[in-house]
Amino acid sequence: MMRYNAWNLFKQGLMGQRGWTPAWRSPEPKPRYEVVIIGGGGHGLATAYYLAKVHGIRNIALLEKGWIGGGNTGRNTTIVRSNYYYPQSAAIYDFSLRLYEGLARELNYNIMLSQRGIINLVHTRHDLEGARRWVGAMNANGVDAELMTPDEIKAHIPLLDVSRSARYPVWGGFLQRRGGTARHDAVAWGYARAASALGVDIIQNCELRGFVMGSNGQIAAVDTSRGRIQADRFGMAVAGHSSVVAALAGFRLPVTSYALQAFVTEPLKPVIDCVMISFATGMYLSQSDKGGLVIGGGLDHYLSYAQRGNMPMIRNVLGAVADQLPALSRVRLLRQWAGIVDVVHDSSPILGETPIPNLYLNCGWGTGGFKAIPAGGYMLAHHLATGHAHEIAAPFALSRFTSGALIDEAAASGIPH
Amino acid sequence: MLLIPCPWCGRRDEIEFQCGGQSHMVRPEPYQEVSDPQWGAYLFMRDNPKGWFRERWVHVHGCHQWFNVIRDTVTHQILVSYRMGEAPPELPSRSVP
Repeated sequence: MMRYNAWNLFKQGLMGQRGWTPAWRSPEPKPRYEVVIIGGGGHGLATAYYLAKVHGIRNIALLEKGWIGGGNTGRNTTIVRSNYYYPQSAAIYDFSLRLYEGLARELNYNIMLSQRGIINLVHTRHDLEGARRWVGAMNANGVDAELMTPDEIKAHIPLLDVSRSARYPVWGGFLQRRGGTARHDAVAWGYARAASALGVDIIQNCELRGFVMGSNGQIAAVDTSRGRIQADRFGMAVAGHSSVVAALAGFRLPVTSYALQAFVTEPLKPVIDCVMISFATGMYLSQSDKGGLVIGGGLDHYLSYAQRGNMPMIRNVLGAVADQLPALSRVRLLRQWAGIVDVVHDSSPILGETPIPNLYLNCGWGTGGFKAIPAGGYMLAHHLATGHAHEIAAPFALSRFTSGALIDEAAASGIPH
Repeated sequence: MLLIPCPWCGRRDEIEFQCGGQSHMVRPEPYQEVSDPQWGAYLFMRDNPKGWFRERWVHVHGCHQWFNVIRDTVTHQILVSYRMGEAPPELPSRSVP
């Protein structure tokens, strides 16, 4: 692997930029691997990387039906944060954020992590009480959070209408300074490059067609668009398509797939230097390095595998932008799209064992998978390598839907469910 | 934008409706004999197909009636709606793209 550093940049400049090599290999699939990972988004790529790096398992194939990072990893709003409520959630999301904090150095790939802070806006007396409780919980869980007054928020986000006559009056908010954004493609490409360098075979344009069951009740192989591939253990990290893959393996999941839209505007001069999300409207917004405002909102509330959104939600989200940040009301949109997210009743992920003994699961991140990529990959790798759940992942087992021990993060998941 | 055929009011804009998810789920009974896995499956496990799907909708800003719809979850095409209690029509066969 060619290292990315100032010396190589200088040297390649002298050589006319002709010496750069592809960031990852694209080998033909071998007939057999120790571990096969289904899904080449951020979570699958991170799983492959941590399996190779932390657990020394190098005989790995990662199968992606399209191109890596081309699904939800390329469709999210790039926000990272760990402002969750329950201790179990704080443990896993803050673990993820800490991995993000060291990731560019670890992968030798600039993921453009920008810890610009994320501000949750509250608009009623009751929301403010909820926010106080939430900040208290975060601090008790060892995660940074601080309450803000409307004046402090106005100083932070001058565009925001905090006046008494505002359609959504601002009663306060809270800030997680370590929250922010990262470059989503760079996260996928950085993990892919590092995993490939450790020997992982990244196989794109390879769609799962079915599972071949062995006589012992375990999966013996997968049938794919590029042939049959055997393995000892399998991991799946396919987000919105988790139910489809589970159905191929013969079991059901407590998952419903919805379309979650996002929008980006024409590039502007810098107008907002943090991430903001409003509890009243569900609208959230940040500004990319190119200047575009990256905007998100609620789910389209019916089952969908169409990677496009519906008009009523577009109206809701953009209406909220115009109401809450009036100066932006005439900014034009460049693009609008949707990703298919795997929503679970308690808005928490499902990690670990499935009804099939050698198939392990990473799904259910719903509307917030991007921030969890390092942790999701780390946990699935741990389970695949050791055969048991990491202590941080254990509360998120599929079995909680039988035991009833749900971890209900409906509010902290950010998107109204 | 979906135009949803309410069996009572005809085709209306989707903003008048709320989707209630999977149709024809049967509560396991009798209560004393329902195991934890059965109850968990009833509460939480859902069909989540890529293709034709039977789902409930309520005309919440209209006649307030619940009814069933057969809709394709990829194209969003609505095949038919039918009233609660009516026998569910067969799903068309379709290869998922």
